[in-house]
Amino acid sequence: MSIDTSTAAKVAKLARIKVDEDRLPALAEEFSNILGFIEQLNEVDVTGVEPMTSVTPQRLVRREDVVTDGDQQPKVLANAPDTREGFFAVPKVVE
Amino acid sequence: MSDLNTLGLADARDALRKGETTSTALTEACLTAIGGSKALNAFVHNTPDIALDRAKAADDAMSADAPAMHGLPIGIKDLFCTQGVASQAASKILEGFKPEYESTVSQNLRDAGAVMLGKLNMDEFAMGSSNETSIYGDVVNPWKVDDRNLTPGGSSGGSASAVAADLCLAATGTDTGGSIRQPAAFTGITGIKPTYGRCSRWGVVAFASSLDQAGPMTKSVRDAAIMLEAMCGHDPKDSTSADLAVPNFEAALTGDIKGKKIGIPKEYRLDGMPQEIEDLWTKGREMMLDAGAELVDISLPHTKYALPAYYVIAPAEASSNLARYDGVRFGHRAKLEQGDGITEMYEKTRAEGFGPEVQRRVMIGTYVLSAGFYDAYYNRARRVRALIKKDFDDVFALGVDGILTPATPSAAFGLGEMKDADPVQMYLNDVFTVTVNLAGLPGISVPAGVDAQGLPLGLQLIGKPWEEGDLLNLAYALEDRAGFVAKPSKWW
Repeated sequence: MSIDTSTAAKVAKLARIKVDEDRLPALAEEFSNILGFIEQLNEVDVTGVEPMTSVTPQRLVRREDVVTDGDQQPKVLANAPDTREGFFAVPKVVE
Repeated sequence: MSDLNTLGLADARDALRKGETTSTALTEACLTAIGGSKALNAFVHNTPDIALDRAKAADDAMSADAPAMHGLPIGIKDLFCTQGVASQAASKILEGFKPEYESTVSQNLRDAGAVMLGKLNMDEFAMGSSNETSIYGDVVNPWKVDDRNLTPGGSSGGSASAVAADLCLAATGTDTGGSIRQPAAFTGITGIKPTYGRCSRWGVVAFASSLDQAGPMTKSVRDAAIMLEAMCGHDPKDSTSADLAVPNFEAALTGDIKGKKIGIPKEYRLDGMPQEIEDLWTKGREMMLDAGAELVDISLPHTKYALPAYYVIAPAEASSNLARYDGVRFGHRAKLEQGDGITEMYEKTRAEGFGPEVQRRVMIGTYVLSAGFYDAYYNRARRVRALIKKDFDDVFALGVDGILTPATPSAAFGLGEMKDADPVQMYLNDVFTVTVNLAGLPGISVPAGVDAQGLPLGLQLIGKPWEEGDLLNLAYALEDRAGFVAKPSKWW
């Protein structure tokens, strides 16, 4: 499957990675090569095979729905690029 | 005792218990070796103060029944979060990140008395097979045959280089598609990836959560047994951590493998495989026979599809895991222009913070998960993964105890030599190792010989789920027969 530049641009947008216009053709070609490699999977007969959800037969562990952790705001915020009044700060999102 | 840094874990442990040396002396020897190893670029965040403090504490608490890793200095891959110490997965996007918590594996090691020397270089977010995608720059293999600098492999390249060059007694690695076993093979050391669920993933920067496992990289199989036991164990903070008792792996090393059935999968004989790899594999079979094992020809029919399935599943999980790097809670945030909103902040931060290989995989993952392609790519890959696992289940059901394969399709190559190659060419490095991650099995790489140039080559043994003890014992017998003792001569 060949990927065109507009698809490459759409994927970059979905992934929230800024890609300059002039890099899109090379990116599209790389995607096409990798997807070409992946398409070998179409040779496999997967009729009746369930997609794997867990590699070891196990059920996800359940526990009581109670608070087990928390109350460590300074630690949570310690590595943030910008904080204000005990919150993470980001550029304005509401006009 | 001279050159304490050249000791392995078992020998150093025994020397400590006999009072022949101290943890401080071992640690100082390693710190000196690290200080003289800039050319290898293996250690990227040194923690000498922490190391000497912990070494002193270990010396003060030394006793005959001290825990297994008591006082032993090791390196920690940069992928493990270590409290108060930079942990950035070799990525610019985690620049300045100092976790407020410790990963379970590094905590387990600390609880067992191990001394952390510092953090080790790796491929960015563990994505790579040559350690050329790191923000810290390439790691260099201590093995050298001409003017070229060789790759130590990846992604645990710093760990491999550091252990092979005796900068530490052992190191942690992680393995998503071969990232412990391939670099171990390229540097002449031992590396084991345990069964999925054996080591807690909590606090290990996530790449592909259904494939990632931590494991030790060591100078011998015995050392691997000692360190793996200290690393693993059930952890309620990782929902996929297995609630199973941890056996005494070192006690499993009897060397007696008489009557064990070793499968030789025909699909691992690749077209165009170098003769040296073929010869090494033949020798490995002879060694297993010599040790009393039986060889059985087996078939793992879906082997060919493991790499393509991996390059759907791993990027898909990565695109999801790496969504957290958004410039809000930790790490790098791009400088914004007047008028930039939150979307520009995400897009610029991720473009600046992620290197090209990480960007490529995140976008491939985004594509295969996007509406309209999810079934064609992602679900198909997960179906193929189920078939790959069934291949292994079937041969184990026939009574096979372990599987012997080459660890890598070549010896270490030169840094920069794959620079212009298609990314897919680089992915082929993991052709013998990636099946093991997809099936969740334990696999170990054991140094077994050298190529015509004198570079180390490894053989891989694959074991049954949760049978790391048996697998280590097979590896122990192989190690004994291979008698690999070559070391790189010091040029750095």
